[in-house]
Amino acid sequence: MAGNVGNPMVRMASSAKKGEIVEVRTLIMNPMTTGLTKDKAGKIIPAHFIQTVTITFNDKPLLDIDWSTAVSANPYLAFKLRAESSGTLNIVWKDNTGGHWSANSKLTVA
Amino acid sequence: MNKPIARRQFLGASLATGAVATAAGLGLLKTQMAFADNVSGWPAKAFDAKLLKDAMSDSIGKTDVPVSSKVKLTAPTIAENGGAVPVTIEVESPMTADDYIAAVYLFVDHNPTPLASQFTFTPASGQAYIQQRIKMAKTDNVRVVAKTNKGVLMASAPREVKVTIGGCGG
Repeated sequence: MAGNVGNPMVRMASSAKKGEIVEVRTLIMNPMTTGLTKDKAGKIIPAHFIQTVTITFNDKPLLDIDWSTAVSANPYLAFKLRAESSGTLNIVWKDNTGGHWSANSKLTVA
Repeated sequence: MNKPIARRQFLGASLATGAVATAAGLGLLKTQMAFADNVSGWPAKAFDAKLLKDAMSDSIGKTDVPVSSKVKLTAPTIAENGGAVPVTIEVESPMTADDYIAAVYLFVDHNPTPLASQFTFTPASGQAYIQQRIKMAKTDNVRVVAKTNKGVLMASAPREVKVTIGGCGG
């Protein structure tokens, strides 16, 4: 399980009408362990989880998320944005062990 | 004559080395267990709070928030797997530069740490909407508190989810 981290995915429409609300769906691999559970040998499994998700559109802040260990393993996240201009959506995930992943998606506004 | 001293010195040295190794081992264990590498800006105090009232006062500064029909929380009535309970949050708001939802907080009343997530919105979101999956230790209430850009707090009605298998492993 520990080896299977990262691999961020973003799904969103590539074009939208001006003013339209666009849904963005994302997924990333991460164990999201709490640090409260033990493995079969009785050893505590250390906490390993994504703490922040920073979402920008054309480098302007769109949505900032702080997560706890209560978010499920391999976190799925859906959110919305208002299509005002063409540009690039950027999402950055950071975990408590220094893990850092980024994904982009382009939107064309007609 | 020299031999016993040499032996004693050797013992002393090995004892000291042993102590250092033990200390290093403890140190290593500690850094792995604590959230030593928190990402900067992550609100550790609110997330580490063990009781709902503490988690609420550390995040929103209040423990009693009026319920508003504008804050909608959707969750299943029964969740077979407490490890992945889908929740959808929607807050009614024009989301304009003058009037928008600035932040949303998601709580699970009796989880080991009740504050599950916190979301900071901007008017660019267009809609204060989130969908994600959370872990629930047992049958419990899930609740959401939303804060407008003017600082007005409003809560969702608490939503009970019956959990068949708890989501915290063990």
